Amino acid sequence: MAMDINDLRSLLTVAGLICFLAIVWWAYVSKSSKKGFEEAANLPFAEGDDDGAASRTSHPR
Amino acid sequence: MSGTQTTYNDKVVRQFAVMTVIWGIVGMLVGVIIAAQLVWPELNLGPWLTYGRLRPLHTNAVIFAFGGCALFATSYWCVQRTSHARLWGGPLVPFTFWGWQIVILLAAISLPLGFTTGKEYAELEWPIDILITLVWVSYGLVFFGTIAKRTVSHIYVANWFFGSMIIAVALLHLVNSAAVPVSLTRSFSVYSGVQDAMIQWWYGHNAVGFFLTAGFLGMMYYFVPKQAGRPVYSYRLSVVHFWALIFTYMWAGPHHLHYTALPDWTQSVGMLFSLILLAPSWGGMINGIMTLSGAWHKLRDDPILKFLITSLSFYGMSTFEGPMMSIKTVNALSHYTDWTVGHVHSGALGWVAMVSIGSMYYLLPRLFGKTEMYSTALVTVHFWIATIGTVLYIASMWIAGVMQGLMWRAVNADGTLAYSFVESVKGSYPFWAIRWLGGVLFLSGMLIMAYNMFKTMAGGNTKDAPVIAPAAHHA
Repeated sequence: MAMDINDLRSLLTVAGLICFLAIVWWAYVSKSSKKGFEEAANLPFAEGDDDGAASRTSHPR
Repeated sequence: MSGTQTTYNDKVVRQFAVMTVIWGIVGMLVGVIIAAQLVWPELNLGPWLTYGRLRPLHTNAVIFAFGGCALFATSYWCVQRTSHARLWGGPLVPFTFWGWQIVILLAAISLPLGFTTGKEYAELEWPIDILITLVWVSYGLVFFGTIAKRTVSHIYVANWFFGSMIIAVALLHLVNSAAVPVSLTRSFSVYSGVQDAMIQWWYGHNAVGFFLTAGFLGMMYYFVPKQAGRPVYSYRLSVVHFWALIFTYMWAGPHHLHYTALPDWTQSVGMLFSLILLAPSWGGMINGIMTLSGAWHKLRDDPILKFLITSLSFYGMSTFEGPMMSIKTVNALSHYTDWTVGHVHSGALGWVAMVSIGSMYYLLPRLFGKTEMYSTALVTVHFWIATIGTVLYIASMWIAGVMQGLMWRAVNADGTLAYSFVESVKGSYPFWAIRWLGGVLFLSGMLIMAYNMFKTMAGGNTKDAPVIAPAAHHA
């Protein structure tokens, strides 16, 4: 049975879904993303401008 | 800190921010004029100022001139502040400003003269398309060049949204604008038939999805946390809904071609992905609104937050309405009626314009060395006028649209049409008048904003702010 272009298209769609599920797992289940997310979430407040960057806590949700 | 202080490039942000307000007024004025032409057809002064020529001028001006300048201003501000780096690119930076303004001027001249490719939201002829490409590639180089030289390890989520917008719009523009020129002012698309239609709406819907959604979500992810004074509600939700939008938006275009020559399965795929889009869209809306959780009182007396949070409510509304309208049976009623126009303006006025206006009110005083706008009371007045205008606009279009859809499909017992088309036009007049009034209100709000802006600019200090080293604030 020969592969045609449509098999490739199906595979790509499935790969896309798996890739997305991996992202969801990385963001919600994996521990490795937590600290990075917290730092990243506070980036807008690392400017030291008039918006009072002090004492900002974020709790990962 | 070193002796020679680097500064942020705020000049280009200042230029784009001021032009956002100016082009907003121009684009919305043209919108009010064509709304009036529907009520009073005598206002079609031809051939240059007829509805057919002014309508693409309105859409191009509000999307690419007003919306575009707002995106340039906010993305340039955000990428510098969250990367702790001055804009990369030297002369490319002013080129993006002046190049974009020339594109807008060429559009304002060529569209009333009747030069058009006939592709909705991509009407500009090929020489202008080439200039757009040059400006856009420069924009991408400046933006990603700045990301590359950032002095922090993370790329803030707003920059992911802005960056995806820049890449997707480049792709859409290049593919959809491919044409064979026959003269300086005339060209023909390289596609034909249903492929042309599909590529046009692949472009059209992703212009909505990336230019008018991803870019403005970038705005939301920076300015809502800043104005609320707290980090975004859930950073991981922002990551997941970003990728969900990226994976699904590209497939939604066929819902513009229901019941056409487009293959049935393609229509169904378009409908399905449009329905899926509800989830990531609401993920973004909830994330933005919940950022205020625990600080709801700030909404009471901060009109800038009112603009930002109300824009998210309209975003939620129109991203519920959109998937619903993509369902084939609903589309059979809504398509080609004013319901579509109402839906678009719920997104355009309620979401895109309001989040831009809120962000500009945040930026303008900071760009001119002030702590707040000249008059906060006028910002509040603007908010209420804009909200009432938007509600009048979309409510009148809902009624007119559903009425038109029902009249067009009504049949007599013998199978003949119950109404002629002209009867549905006649029935629409009162609602078109209300829509015009809603537009006049929204435009008046922009005029108030311009007054407030010029008063804020007067005697302002336009010294660029120094680049702050991030380490100093990471205790």
